Amino acid sequence: MGNEEDIGKIIDYSGREFQYIGKRTIRPDGVDKVTGRANFGADFTVNGMIHGRVVRSPHAHAKIKKINVDKALKLDGVKAVITGKDFPEIDINDKAVGEVVVSYYDMAHNIIARDKVYYDGHAVAAVAATTPDIAEKAAKLIEVEYDVLKPVMTAARAMKKNAPVLHKHIVTAGVEPKPEKPSNVASRTEFKLGDPAAGFADADVIVEREFSTQTVHQGYIEPHACCASISADGNANVWCSSQGQFMVRAYTAKICGMETSKVKVIPAEIGGGFGGKTVVYLEPLAVMLAKKAGRPVKMVMTRDEVLRATGPTSGGTARAKIGAKKDGTIVAGELELVYEAGAYPGSPVALGCMTGFAPYDIKNVSCVGWDVLVNRPKAAAYRAPGAPVAAFGVECTLDVLAEELGMCPLELRMKNAAVEGTQAPYGVKFNRIGYKETLEAAKAHPHWSAPLGPNQGRGIASGFWFNIGGTSSAEVMVNEDGTVIVATGNPDIGGSRASMALMAAEGLGIDVARIKPLVADTESVPFSMLTGGSRVTFATGKAVIEAAQDAVNDLKRRAAKIWDVDIEQVEWENGQAVCIESTQHKPLSIAAIAAKADKTGGAISGRANINATGAGPGFGTHICDVEVDPETGYVTVLRYTAIQDVGKAIHPSYVEGQLQGGAVQGIGWALNEEYVYGEDGRLQNTGFLDYRMPVASDLPMIDTVVVEVPNPGHPYGVRGVGETPIVPPLAAVANAVSHAIGKRVTDLPLSPPRLLAVIDGK
Amino acid sequence: MAKHHVTTTINGDPAEFLCETQQTLLDCLRDELGLTGSKEGCASGDCGACSVMLDGRLVCACLVLGVEAEGATIETIEGVAQGDELHPLQKHFLEDAALQCGVCTPGFIVAAKALLEHNPNPTETEARYWLAGNLCRCTGYDKIIKAVMNAAAEMRGA
Repeated sequence: MGNEEDIGKIIDYSGREFQYIGKRTIRPDGVDKVTGRANFGADFTVNGMIHGRVVRSPHAHAKIKKINVDKALKLDGVKAVITGKDFPEIDINDKAVGEVVVSYYDMAHNIIARDKVYYDGHAVAAVAATTPDIAEKAAKLIEVEYDVLKPVMTAARAMKKNAPVLHKHIVTAGVEPKPEKPSNVASRTEFKLGDPAAGFADADVIVEREFSTQTVHQGYIEPHACCASISADGNANVWCSSQGQFMVRAYTAKICGMETSKVKVIPAEIGGGFGGKTVVYLEPLAVMLAKKAGRPVKMVMTRDEVLRATGPTSGGTARAKIGAKKDGTIVAGELELVYEAGAYPGSPVALGCMTGFAPYDIKNVSCVGWDVLVNRPKAAAYRAPGAPVAAFGVECTLDVLAEELGMCPLELRMKNAAVEGTQAPYGVKFNRIGYKETLEAAKAHPHWSAPLGPNQGRGIASGFWFNIGGTSSAEVMVNEDGTVIVATGNPDIGGSRASMALMAAEGLGIDVARIKPLVADTESVPFSMLTGGSRVTFATGKAVIEAAQDAVNDLKRRAAKIWDVDIEQVEWENGQAVCIESTQHKPLSIAAIAAKADKTGGAISGRANINATGAGPGFGTHICDVEVDPETGYVTVLRYTAIQDVGKAIHPSYVEGQLQGGAVQGIGWALNEEYVYGEDGRLQNTGFLDYRMPVASDLPMIDTVVVEVPNPGHPYGVRGVGETPIVPPLAAVANAVSHAIGKRVTDLPLSPPRLLAVIDGK
Repeated sequence: MAKHHVTTTINGDPAEFLCETQQTLLDCLRDELGLTGSKEGCASGDCGACSVMLDGRLVCACLVLGVEAEGATIETIEGVAQGDELHPLQKHFLEDAALQCGVCTPGFIVAAKALLEHNPNPTETEARYWLAGNLCRCTGYDKIIKAVMNAAAEMRGA
């Protein structure tokens, strides 16, 4: 999270001309990905491999009375069966702090249930057999006796006094005095700035609205998959796709009770994650099955398993209250969020509280969040976790306020926009930020003033995400011919190899085509935090820049040796060593220095292990036009423009791609996507046919405006990019729909039946 | 039960495999023949990541049984490039940054190739509807559609 320590030293690179940064180069991993050669999680096989399958609970809430595995074990071809009892018990207070707090106790129980199941799809056992077919048959032979309990499916129900309690050991945290009784309310969070009561008393206009959203899934196209092998002396290899090979190593070792050095994780290409692959589900099961079977075990989830048992992000409600003076100056803001955590505590509600009002300079703010347990899968991170629902509440309420004031919604935002020095409600004073610039770009964009037809409406909304830094490592290895390998420990989830190569090229001053970026395994580079929080291009990029500088220093030393001059005599210019005082020494290229490496001290390389500070917040503003069919309630998105301050676009095409992809995920969230549970607590839409994500024919082109207000905390001005774009769309779409139908919509998704009920006044 | 012996032509070469009755063509391509370029995203024909050509028809390989491929001619993503010469669609997917994670890309390229064989000059709307059976969660489709339109123009010599 951005905090004041994060504000790094100011580097003046204004007016700097970049040689490689900002070029639209071909991504280094591209050819493999357009020819089918790239290996994703499920593409890996190993000799002697067998196949694992998970047995999942059909009940949303039940006690496990007995698990009988005898019949399964007797089936020919079955090599191992595991249940929760095969795993070590983990201390209830064992926690790790990352982008979201992780409880290892909960994680262990979520991966494989012990005494209770908490959601439809909760893993209760796993089996490994010689073929996938036998594994599936064996899974059906595992007999689980349940004592079925009443499921608690919504936060509203879970918060009622008479609701069944999921966990007997959880009492509400963050309230005084500390309650004694267990509760489904895991915690209350509050962020406060100034004196909200006095602020509202001073307001000329106060508006208050409540909004609701449903559980949605990250929807990555690649289901979770892994392959694990373990030697007789306990050394495990895990091949898998994830958002962090070091994360998989840490969690797998922890859950299986192994030392870190006993688990090696080899990253596959990742087929989308969006936060959903920042945790493990299959890997510890595969390791335990492999251990018991004495054979490598491959496990691949079906889509049904992905939807029932992984991801999703919290459904929730947002109540926003905003007070303003007649001229539009906002004097107070209040936000109350209730998020469904799923089966274990840890919805991103605190992040929602921190982000909702962050784009605005408001002196008096109160944000309260409730983390509520329900019998749904445990929420995982999803792109800017917590922020979209909070922004949906705030940005729609701002739209109502603009109407009440008779003010243009863009001007209202402009008047109250946070700028450098603004105190954010979550505690920091912003450094240089570019929110106002995104509003100016929106105002200047032809989209903002284009005419609209009947049944059409336009919405505008903004969004904020902290962006984070954190621990990253990089190694820059100069090959014998002067080409370069850049190794980092972060999976390439959407083009990061391209940006690493560009930053290394800039630092070394050599053509980007001569640089090969590598996503290394956990034993080939030092530790790096996972790919998340929009941190990789910023933090790992910073490590690459520093490692390149380290390599340049090494190259300069070698050149000094070759010339037999003092190192101070050597400068590095355009990818070659130049002797500053003597003209008799012709410049030495990186290839020329590399060719003589053995005579000057051996292999040439640079490295950097850093904890990157100075992450720059990201702000975005989106404009959306829709047309609503009043007969059916069907919404067509006619035009969409995503504007964002990205600091500096290292590879502009992939930056635009982040804006477009985030916007479309947000459009899906706003219009179509939702988990539908039956009365029995079973998920009813477990496939892509009825968990309806946007397809190409649903959408127009997504226009982008890339605003570049450099982040002073990064040598090239980089800010994180990937998460901010999913924050504004929920409100941008809802505001557009509200204007198209002339009524305020408050409940997502705006699917035809729901919208038709609003239109018809039902 | 004994496995079925299936004889096909894949990407121009004769290919035989043994499969069980319930194995899909996708399972056979991936697990029996090692052609892992076609991906499984849903196994229900909703995502298009396993798009292949079966006797000149665009199909989801997850909805075809391996035994149904007897005597058939199959084209997969692995056969789209000619040696090291990329197909114009592959070139434009790279130049136009039409992929992020890349897992849907093989399916999109196979489906888009089928579109351009069927209609060399599609409108944007036609391209969007033809590709509506292929899910991409990363790109928002914008750059995919642009890449397809640009490849179509190049292939027409425009």
